[in-house]
Amino acid sequence: MKSLAELKELRNKVQKEMKKRDQGTKAEIIVGMGTCGIAAGARDILKAVLAEIEKRDLDVRVTQTGCIGMCEKEPLIDVKLPGKKRITYGNLSEADVQKIITEHVVNGNIVTDLVIARHN
Amino acid sequence: MKDSIYRSHVLICTGTGCVSSGAKTLKDSLNEELAANDLSGEIKIVETGCHGFCEKGPIMIVYPEGVFYCEVQSDDVAEIVEEHLLKGRTVERLLFKEPMTEEQIPSYQDIAFYKKQQRIALANCGKIDPEDIDEYIALGGYEAAGKVLTEMDAQEVVDTIKDSGLRGRGGGGFPTGLKWQFAKNSESDKKYLICNADEGDPGAFMDRSILEGDPHRIIEGMLVAAYAIGADEGYVYVRAEYPLAIKRLEKAIEDAEEYGLLGDDIFSSGFNFKLHIKKGAGAFVCGEETALMNSIEGKRGMPTPRPPYPAVRGLWGKPTNINNVETYANIPYIINEGVDKFTAIGTEGSSGTKVFALTGKINNTGLVEVPMGTTLKEVIFEIGGGLGQGKKFKAVQTGGPSGGCLPEDYLDLPIDYDSLLDAGTMMGSGGMVVMDEDSCMVDVARFFLNFTQSESCGKCTPCREGTKRMLEILNRITDGEGKEGDIELLLELGEHIKSTSLCGLGQSAPNPVLSTVRYFRDEYEAHIHDHNCPAGVCSDLAGAYVIDEEACIGCSKCAKVCPVDAISGEIKNPFTIDPDVCIACGACEPECPVDAISQG
Ligand SMILES: Cc1cc2nc3c(=O)[nH]c(=O)nc-3n(C[C@H](O)[C@H](O)[C@H](O)COP(=O)(O)O)c2cc1C
Ligand code: FES
Repeated sequence: MKSLAELKELRNKVQKEMKKRDQGTKAEIIVGMGTCGIAAGARDILKAVLAEIEKRDLDVRVTQTGCIGMCEKEPLIDVKLPGKKRITYGNLSEADVQKIITEHVVNGNIVTDLVIARHN
Repeated sequence: MKDSIYRSHVLICTGTGCVSSGAKTLKDSLNEELAANDLSGEIKIVETGCHGFCEKGPIMIVYPEGVFYCEVQSDDVAEIVEEHLLKGRTVERLLFKEPMTEEQIPSYQDIAFYKKQQRIALANCGKIDPEDIDEYIALGGYEAAGKVLTEMDAQEVVDTIKDSGLRGRGGGGFPTGLKWQFAKNSESDKKYLICNADEGDPGAFMDRSILEGDPHRIIEGMLVAAYAIGADEGYVYVRAEYPLAIKRLEKAIEDAEEYGLLGDDIFSSGFNFKLHIKKGAGAFVCGEETALMNSIEGKRGMPTPRPPYPAVRGLWGKPTNINNVETYANIPYIINEGVDKFTAIGTEGSSGTKVFALTGKINNTGLVEVPMGTTLKEVIFEIGGGLGQGKKFKAVQTGGPSGGCLPEDYLDLPIDYDSLLDAGTMMGSGGMVVMDEDSCMVDVARFFLNFTQSESCGKCTPCREGTKRMLEILNRITDGEGKEGDIELLLELGEHIKSTSLCGLGQSAPNPVLSTVRYFRDEYEAHIHDHNCPAGVCSDLAGAYVIDEEACIGCSKCAKVCPVDAISGEIKNPFTIDPDVCIACGACEPECPVDAISQG
């Protein structure tokens, strides 16, 4: 280690991964992973979410949830931005996932035509 | 380092406690199960150090949700993967249940055991992979060392530690900054720095946990100290019975060397520091600083008189600074967060936190770190979850084998160095043993004295002979042969041993006896005058058991469990106990279906 600056540079590089264990508030994407969701392709949706987040280097928490009773609309994802309403999107394709992440998660604009529910 | 991002981290505790309850096989099963479900690329398994809650191990925490699972076995893995990692549903049956309320608590910040704790020395333990230097750096590791080496001069560092009010966590509570000042002031071409990780107190494991869970913190603390006093070589003295701690520390030293954080010209500051590990053979007295240095030099681990203090003439005759593991673990925090933040924690004369190893008759045993000034009651009843099986609190022993016992009246005592000394015990390295109504205080004193007596190195007379005589008297009392004047003799011997012994071992060995006489004199008197052990522990004193002939149904259950065959009789006729053979162990009493047995 040659300098404090070099240490800090290394810190920035290795910090990203550790943020997974950070319990603070940040954007959250929740993928419906009940049996119904998985049957409708939720595993691929989850992978698409992860790929997109990685591509854009976003600090987003990805979690899963079980069946929420809207099985015919699966695959589903919820997007929850800090301090905002939780939005549920349904009948998704992998392309929709990219769109939701670009427009909603990054820019804060809800993708209205894909929304199936808004929660408080 | 892998570039792709994991959506979830599963932390498995692989501290010594959890490994012994099966954490390694748990990890292997999880690895297999993740691979079978095609999840290996999405979910990362991280081995961490001790969470302090070994009682409930193996411990697993799943992020990003932060769900805390305890007592997880390999059989549970399939369900965790299927339910939690795939479908996002918490596996409720593996959550922690509060002993008092039976309530299930999903996230670990909300468990009473953790809520009242404040973690500085243990901050990273259980949070990071101790074998991955990058994880330590990601949380700000080595920045304190970087700042000190490149931006501060040595006196500034010493002053900072002085102002922080940090006192040694290894037992004596000596002000750390002042100790550094003495070592800095000594002129010499060579100085040494030592970390005392001997941890000889029975039942104590805070230093082991820090070394296992966050070894880089110790290296960083030592770097700062070495720079402050001007030492270029250091030793960590660890007992050989701590193989995992040694292994992780070895790895940490290697990694730090590779990153140029140990070695020559660290941070291009011109400062060099080389660190070695020295394994000790585990004698209690080798934790004493002069004995420890003799042991490093390859001599017998026996103390030598002070002065000269190590700061003047230490290892190989050179000025040396020696601190405890936990003391060094506080240094990076003080440098990073500043003196004001550190002194805001704790009490006037004792700033910061202290780690305690909580054991005995208590629900949540484990490792806890609390601000100084927390009361005994908060530690025992709120964090420790109270006593097991609805038993009544009787005493708490602090300070390890050379500490003292405090009774119920002292439960509201705020814990710090000075309050404990005033009450007749001490902080020591942080042992805390809780005793319930079934403990005999004379027997407890005898237990601890037996330990110190057999660990006495034998060099000085008061400690070698004095502790032996005291132990003889205690043995006599617990055998029912106590004499008038024994208590006075114990007190007199105790005071002499304290004031004339060569090292801290003898100077503190009588403490358990003196404090139990002070607070539980009536128990000593009952043993001596009435030949009675009120707690029923000293079997030579306890009265024999008797069977009520009227009530006995002659089932023979009692006779079957008697270890000395004192019970005889014919089936369906009343049985009898031979009082001369009975050792009053009490094994028969709970066996009787009609409650016909009692102590006579
Ligand atoms: C019998 C005896 C055993 C000791 N054992 C330990 C020990 O295991 N660990 C420790 O850090 N200090 C132990 N000490 C205290 C050390 O002598 C020394 O005071 C301490 O390491 C200084 O570090 P500190 O100022 O950071 O507490 C022991 C002292 C005595 C008298
Ligand atoms: S070893 Fe796992 S909690 Fe202590």
